[in-house]
Amino acid sequence: MKKALKLTGAALALTALSGLSQASTLDTVKERGYLSCGVSTGLPGFSSPDDKGNWSGLDVDVCRAMAAATLGDASKVKYTPLTAKERFTALQSGEIDVLPRNTTWTLTRDTSLGMNFVGVNYYDGQGFMVSKKLGVTSAKELDGATVCIQAGTTTELNMADYFREHNMKYQPIVFDTSAQSVQGFESGRCDMLTSDQSQLYGLRTKLANPNDAIVLPEIISKEPLGPVVRQGDDQWFNIAKWSLYAMVAAEELGVSSANVDAMMKSENPGISRLLGNSGPGGKAMGISDDFAYQIVKQVGNYSESFERNVGKDSPLLIQRGLNALWKDGGIMYVPPFR
Amino acid sequence: MSENIASAPAAGRSSSTRFLYDPKVRSIVFQLLFIGLLFFLVSTIVTNTTNNLEQRGITTGFDFLSQEAGFGILQSLVEYDETHTFGKTFIVGLLNTILVSVLGIVLSTVVGFLVGVGRLSRNWLISRLCGVYIEIFRNIPVLLQILFWYIAVLRVLPSPRQSLSLGESVFLNLRGLYFPAPIFEEGSGVIFAALGVAVALIIGLSYWAKRRQVMTGQTFPVFNASLALIVLLPAVAWFVAGQPVSLEMPELKGFNFRGGITVIPELIALLLGLSFYTAAYIAENVRAGIDAINKGQQEASGALGLSESKTMRLVIIPQAMRVVIPPLSTNYMNLIKNSSLATAIGYPELVNVFMGTTLNQTGQAIEIIAMTMAVYLTMNIIVSLFMNWFNNRMALVER
Ligand SMILES: N[C@@H](CCC(=O)N[C@@H](CS)C(=O)NCC(=O)O)C(=O)O
Repeated sequence: MKKALKLTGAALALTALSGLSQASTLDTVKERGYLSCGVSTGLPGFSSPDDKGNWSGLDVDVCRAMAAATLGDASKVKYTPLTAKERFTALQSGEIDVLPRNTTWTLTRDTSLGMNFVGVNYYDGQGFMVSKKLGVTSAKELDGATVCIQAGTTTELNMADYFREHNMKYQPIVFDTSAQSVQGFESGRCDMLTSDQSQLYGLRTKLANPNDAIVLPEIISKEPLGPVVRQGDDQWFNIAKWSLYAMVAAEELGVSSANVDAMMKSENPGISRLLGNSGPGGKAMGISDDFAYQIVKQVGNYSESFERNVGKDSPLLIQRGLNALWKDGGIMYVPPFR
Repeated sequence: MSENIASAPAAGRSSSTRFLYDPKVRSIVFQLLFIGLLFFLVSTIVTNTTNNLEQRGITTGFDFLSQEAGFGILQSLVEYDETHTFGKTFIVGLLNTILVSVLGIVLSTVVGFLVGVGRLSRNWLISRLCGVYIEIFRNIPVLLQILFWYIAVLRVLPSPRQSLSLGESVFLNLRGLYFPAPIFEEGSGVIFAALGVAVALIIGLSYWAKRRQVMTGQTFPVFNASLALIVLLPAVAWFVAGQPVSLEMPELKGFNFRGGITVIPELIALLLGLSFYTAAYIAENVRAGIDAINKGQQEASGALGLSESKTMRLVIIPQAMRVVIPPLSTNYMNLIKNSSLATAIGYPELVNVFMGTTLNQTGQAIEIIAMTMAVYLTMNIIVSLFMNWFNNRMALVER
């Protein structure tokens, strides 16, 4: 009921906020002194709080990068945990400034919800996790299974498509948060858990006995996950976009949080432009020219963020795969900084 | 005469002021003003909202209702699969809301009346137990109770392979309660016809018995006779027609039981949570209603030689009902509204399906929330109208 109220409140805010002319998001953020960022309610590797309430994760790093770019301080972020169901209303109503919450970029979301996808910070695809006990090795053996899914996700839709395509039946048990789904899976209410595959690895670490569950090899969909902003504020859209790009570009150029200070003196024209010592910088977006320097210094480049949160320095141990740079066999590719 | 006196001083004023001071005219003017203002407010909000939504690039309108939904729903009373429309998801959610509300109202009423009457029992143990029931179930938030049934009770049941079973036909496990479904084959029409005849006979019988009692004072065991009719007639018809009804047994196939009728644990948990919570309030209403009846009524009916149970049934309860019914409708309405807590345990009712998944897949928050609110409003108005009608009927008995 609280959730419903919250949702209703947000919808009402849409009606009530009417008439007010919209100040630019950048000005609002600067005046407020912090960035308001919508994240998941707890998904290891992407956005989850530790026992002291400090948030970390690949998605959280997007917020930190934007805070570094706009306010010069990556720690000036307020995190709002949102279920999949609440996230878009929260963004539309202005409760948050940006939504990096393992959100899949789709046509409907991009074009009819009044929001714009900024780019992709993780290329994912939907997978299945089952209990080892079942002895299942492929998703094609799942006819008649009961599935725990999260409400309001692309997962719900892909699931229906996949089972229909393969002439199989399933029973969806739809929960609001991944914590509930995990609980349903562990207690045996459902035979399997389905979600974006990276998230399954994350959720698996939350199980009492992670080794009792396996993630099946099938990937049944494309899930490009990326941050989203409200439509209609191009300046803010650009800031979000180029903050994200800066991290990837830094990896490409070999600039990391460890060497960025030394790199400030680099003769390499590409590095010099990225760090704002020459070239266009951030002026045209209303932020400081050294925004990329701030991001790399305080948050790190994409590779650092990836390995720290989901890669080899994390319990998830996910390979770069598609998320490697284009020159390393992946598809991470950003426009040039010039 | 008095009229003349009253109007005499006013004669000097112009007729228009007199008109303004007329309380009738004044009340009409103010009401018109108020309605005008209200209309203005509503229309400003509506135009503002549509303008704003358009400006922000958010699609509006109800076109989405005819688009394909593309997601599955756990339980549906009508045929539904992912190729149906978003409009259909509304129907599915609505029916699931109605299902749990109706079952909840029936169960909470039965339990509530039993506990309420038991609370006043002369038997110390019964009355204490009922008191404890009321205190416990009334004082714990209903959401917690629903979660309790769902997580603490139903989740610890065995897995499908180790189901508890009753005669190999009814099964209980953590995926739900499974029982055989009747399959009506050709010729089962006779059974329904027999059922219809039985009902007609029962109605006739009660009329006749009542008239006979009024005329002669003799009573007739209507209840027992009705029971016999409603069981025996269809049973005879079943034999005569050559046993055209068979049972489809639930069977463990693959991951789950298939066939038969399944009651999902989400429904059971929600139903138990809502009903036991609401029943505690109803019990208190019933107790208050009975307490409100003058003690003299009980003594008088005792003096007439009526037994204790007859006193309760024929004298006390009918009068107590007049006190019980008005708060009862509030209890029912709360039960309906609380059914939206289902979203916490994934029971696919209106808020979970329509305001949850459908809203999220289409993003049309305002339309969907408005439709959902309209549903609860309508359901509650219907309950309220029905209870008013029922109350009026009961009130006629008053002497
Ligand atoms: N990428 C999908 C799914 C996103 C999603 O919500 N996934 C779940 C994984 S089980 C999640 O992040 N849950 C975290 C939470 O409940 O806050 C989408 O955008 O619809």
